[in-house]
Amino acid sequence: MQKSAKESVGTRFKYNIKNYGWCYVFIAIPVLLFCIFTIYPIIMAFVMSFQEYNVMESKWVGLQNYKTVFGSPIFWKAMKNTIIYTVGTVPVNILIAFIMSVLIFPLGKRGQTFFKSAFYLPAVTSGVVTSLVWLWMFDPQETGFFNAIMKAMGFPTHMWLASSNTALFSLMFMTYLGGHGSAIILYLASLGNIPKSLYEAADIDHASWFSKVKNITWPMLKPTTLYLLIIGIIDSFQVFMASYIMTQGGPNFSTTTIAYLIFQHAFEEFNFGLASAESFILGVIIVVISVIQFKFLSSDVEY
Amino acid sequence: MQNVMQSNEDYEKQYEARERKRKIMHIVGRVLVFTILIIWAIFTFWPFYWMVVTSFKDTMSINVYPPELWPHNPTLDTYKKIFAEANVWRWTLNSFIISCTQTVTDVILAAMAGYAFAKLKFPGRNKIFWTMLCTMMIPSEITLIPLYILVINKFNLGNTYAALIIPGMVGIGHIFLMKQYMGGLPSTLIDAGRIDGCSEWRIFWKIIMPMSKPGLAVLAIFEFVGTWNSFFWPLLVTNESNMRTIQVGLSSFKFEHMQDYGSIMACSVFAALPMVILFLALQKYFLKGITVGAIKG
Repeated sequence: MQKSAKESVGTRFKYNIKNYGWCYVFIAIPVLLFCIFTIYPIIMAFVMSFQEYNVMESKWVGLQNYKTVFGSPIFWKAMKNTIIYTVGTVPVNILIAFIMSVLIFPLGKRGQTFFKSAFYLPAVTSGVVTSLVWLWMFDPQETGFFNAIMKAMGFPTHMWLASSNTALFSLMFMTYLGGHGSAIILYLASLGNIPKSLYEAADIDHASWFSKVKNITWPMLKPTTLYLLIIGIIDSFQVFMASYIMTQGGPNFSTTTIAYLIFQHAFEEFNFGLASAESFILGVIIVVISVIQFKFLSSDVEY
Repeated sequence: MQNVMQSNEDYEKQYEARERKRKIMHIVGRVLVFTILIIWAIFTFWPFYWMVVTSFKDTMSINVYPPELWPHNPTLDTYKKIFAEANVWRWTLNSFIISCTQTVTDVILAAMAGYAFAKLKFPGRNKIFWTMLCTMMIPSEITLIPLYILVINKFNLGNTYAALIIPGMVGIGHIFLMKQYMGGLPSTLIDAGRIDGCSEWRIFWKIIMPMSKPGLAVLAIFEFVGTWNSFFWPLLVTNESNMRTIQVGLSSFKFEHMQDYGSIMACSVFAALPMVILFLALQKYFLKGITVGAIKG
């Protein structure tokens, strides 16, 4: 089968088409869409980040955009907001989901299905609907739900979303009462895989419920927890909806997240170059954090 | 002898007392857990209950303190208003069109690509697959800006169905899921088909697709709901009210009727209702689908 180099490329091509033609047909459209709508934009974004790119014209400016980004106090504030949001929501929500899954698991098939559905249902409504409902509940007048409670308890009404020290926390609070559905379902599925013999061994030693959860359940669920942690951090670093619908980044940039900042620069100021630079910085951060998490936290995880 | 027998009875009585106490504690524990879960479920549902209740209140009832937990004068004025003042039906139709189209294309294309990556061997298979998979880690913010420029400026497709549908026609994550799913299908049937002289195309449609129905159903549901609820991309590519989807329309409705919460809530209910109904009807597939691909083994 040894052929000269010039011949082999041509015949290899024909061989491939003849034998593997169908395979390429199967993947043709997805790969084409992938090239046009994923690969090309990534390259374009990278190039744009070094340009001053407005709607019609573009001008090469080298590292200017990156310098502007790193020198901007609003960027650092957005970074701080995003980190606070992430640290304040991801671990808390994973813990809530874990506790609830441990409570739901012993309830048997019907109980589990009921609660799985009940807790997943809010996830089916869009982020827009959720944000609007919470916007109404945080209404600064006494007719807003939370302020009605405040007034009933004798406290003055509060401008939850208009006051810079409570705005970000209000957005975080929104997540505590809501999106645990899929995490609970994942945990319940993993809980089913823990061998009962471990619990029986603990029972023989008269272990308390808490100690069983701490020493058997939690470690055995570490792969799921790690998965939720990685996905949770990736998602919360890209939080945008709540800022857009509820607070428009204010007051005083206290709810401006990095994703919202990118949106503003790109689609309100049409400064595509700057926004591309910011988005690349965000991308690098997310990838680095995910890789670090995966390497360091999964070292003691058994699969 | 007498003493020993008595102490045996005593032991038995003590044992029964302990067992009874243990069973009572067990039931108390169960009731407590159930109560906690029900209370938490109420907390989770409360915002949506509040949304529905508010949508049936007239303006006077909304601005009254203390707010009514149940509308004393329920009204449909808010709903009449949203249909009169906003393009709600058109928005819903748009959402329906793009959700249906994207679901169909996504299921077919992801199944085709997933099958090829899972069961067919060809040069470049692994390289192409891993390249596509790695880009999943890249946050969408990076690609959305050039995509916007590409679609709006270069292809000049602003405010068209094409702009709404084509970039999302197939999701890379879905190709991955289909590859995982189809990897688990028995290869023996495929080989049998080949021996009988079936073309690859027929093998795919007559053998693989029928076997994959559960996985395809899950994929279809998640794609439909995901597209219906999508917000960012439709926001970017549409600025005409006629071409907006229900989510973007809802958001524009809010910005136009800032404090009219009765109508805003009515519009929200209208936007959320289709997916809630879909969920209640097809719960089984939703719940099954979440674990597909995320749990090993």
